[in-house]
Amino acid sequence: MVESMGRHVLSVRDLAVEFGGDRGTLRALDGVSLDLHAGRVLGVVGESGCGKSVTARAILGILDRAGKVTGGQVLLDPGTSSQQDLVALDPNSQTMRGVRGGRIGLIFQEPMTALSVHYTVGNQIVEAIRAHRELSKADARNRAIELLGEVGIPRPESRVDAYPFQLSGGLRQRVGIAMALAADPQILIADEPTTALDVTTQAQVLALLRRLQRDKGIALMLITHDMGVIAQMADDVAVMYLGRIAEFSPVRDLFARPRHPYTRALLRSVPSIRAEPRDRLATIGGTVPHPGARPSGCAFHPRCPEVIAGRCDQSAPRPVPPLEAGAACFLNEGAA
Amino acid sequence: MKVLEVEGLHKSFPIRGGLLQREIGRVRAVQDVSFSIERGETLALVGESGCGKTTVSRCILRALPPTSGAIRFSPQDGTVVDLAPLSRRALRPLRRHIQMIFQDPYSSLNPRMLVGDIVAEPLAVNGVGSVEREARVRALLDLVGLPQSARTRFPHAFSGGQRQRIGIARALALDPRLVVADEPVSALDVSVQAQIINLLLDLQDRLGLSMLFVAHDLGVVRHVSDRVAVMYVGRIVEIAPTRSLYSRPRHPYTEALLAAVPKPDPELRDQAAAPRGEVADPANPPPGCAFHPRCPFAVDLCRTEVPKLRETTTGHMSACHRAEELTLTGVA
Repeated sequence: MVESMGRHVLSVRDLAVEFGGDRGTLRALDGVSLDLHAGRVLGVVGESGCGKSVTARAILGILDRAGKVTGGQVLLDPGTSSQQDLVALDPNSQTMRGVRGGRIGLIFQEPMTALSVHYTVGNQIVEAIRAHRELSKADARNRAIELLGEVGIPRPESRVDAYPFQLSGGLRQRVGIAMALAADPQILIADEPTTALDVTTQAQVLALLRRLQRDKGIALMLITHDMGVIAQMADDVAVMYLGRIAEFSPVRDLFARPRHPYTRALLRSVPSIRAEPRDRLATIGGTVPHPGARPSGCAFHPRCPEVIAGRCDQSAPRPVPPLEAGAACFLNEGAA
Repeated sequence: MKVLEVEGLHKSFPIRGGLLQREIGRVRAVQDVSFSIERGETLALVGESGCGKTTVSRCILRALPPTSGAIRFSPQDGTVVDLAPLSRRALRPLRRHIQMIFQDPYSSLNPRMLVGDIVAEPLAVNGVGSVEREARVRALLDLVGLPQSARTRFPHAFSGGQRQRIGIARALALDPRLVVADEPVSALDVSVQAQIINLLLDLQDRLGLSMLFVAHDLGVVRHVSDRVAVMYVGRIVEIAPTRSLYSRPRHPYTEALLAAVPKPDPELRDQAAAPRGEVADPANPPPGCAFHPRCPFAVDLCRTEVPKLRETTTGHMSACHRAEELTLTGVA
């Protein structure tokens, strides 16, 4: 699957994150490895607590105060002379500020998180542009109008002076995308960018994201819980469960031949607009355990329909090796 | 036999402005909505945010007073009461017959009450004795798939899916004639959502529940409902048996909704189509058919005249001027 990959722009290796609290530490990420390539979309999918958002925040150095990277690397421009390990940088350093929003753009679920209510859309984009590029205010304003047009906002020359609350949810998310693109980043991380939107607006925003990603050759990391969004957008998919990658596959394989029992179960439990009325759904028994009560062995074993007693509960399966398709599951390691 | 019949329901809210907060206009959140629910039937009310689906459900629960229209409810066989004009006092004895399942199982359960007491509360309020109450709570926990040990624990000890089961047990405690479920699975993870959908299907079969199911997820709706009503900017634009609505929609908005759902199939890529433009502002809706500025099939008539909801084929109603001549695309 490595044949048609674009330039390797980001490498996450064995990333571990812990959250400290009154009741001890929680391991939120446990040895996650991921790769982003120019012009490709990496979909990261999983249920709550799987660590998909924590991965994004750890990459960008914006974990909550209680969270801490306890191991691993986040390599920007891996294998080049300008390779940088973002984990080694102070999250508040000048360099890291330049990376965040400069090299790596960020799109949130609720664009109001990224937008201030007190400033016009234009002022905020101008500020984002000038934080990363040396442009005069007038030039930055023109660039902001250009960006608003690029993300499909009608009448950008008047909307540039609007406040975020004057815009609908769909337009706000378009502004969020324009902000993320302000410094022409090669990498975009979008965390549930359409979850808060209605279905027709979601379709518009997904189409926009894909067009921009293709036109600009951006490496997009798209985090979602929605298998439909994954199928429509991703080139490669990482399925996460309780802080680890359960499966990594090209998108067609993932849907045609899912490798991990969790992926199979997850795909079967999605309600379908093609269902017969009153069709039952396949379910996964139990619920996602709390990260503080991580089951022994393979964390999915108490819910797994294909569990091998004496094995899956005893030892953890090998993680999926970076840059290879596979599943962290004993069924895929062959008889041993 | 009809459990509920809504006819010509209108609900508008004042828009206030200026120094004295005088009324400067009205948002017509719900306009001329009519539908009915048969005994044992689940009707889904779908649409995007602001379409009025939640306002309709709140009017039925009489959490909001309707502006006009009738809400005829049958609390028992042979009796029909119009809820719309009733006073709070007159509503009180009827409330037990309509129960609600909420979206958020985290905020809808009192964190200071034991689960057994939460489920028993509606029974106690309605004067059921303690011995009978005890037996009823046991049966309800069984019914929704919760262990008996849940009775002596607090809600925070349970996951989202289990909390939703607690909410369902409470809603069913008084054997309601009608259950109104507002987005009951949209806050849940996919694997848990599937469990709750199956539970609702089981309850429909076992108890013959009549349900108004308010939701935005067309996949979920297809699984649980017998009929579907699609709302757009305050009006029902299409209402039909579930399979008929999905396979052969008769309103361009329904077609657009179905096309916009991201399909979990990478082979169907780049086929998702979004209608142009944005949902109209209910405070300032376009003249004629509210969907016309986004509709690829709009003609002059659509810009001037509000289309009436009418039967196009048996049991299938559409409010599109061109419903009979258009062949719209659904999903198989």
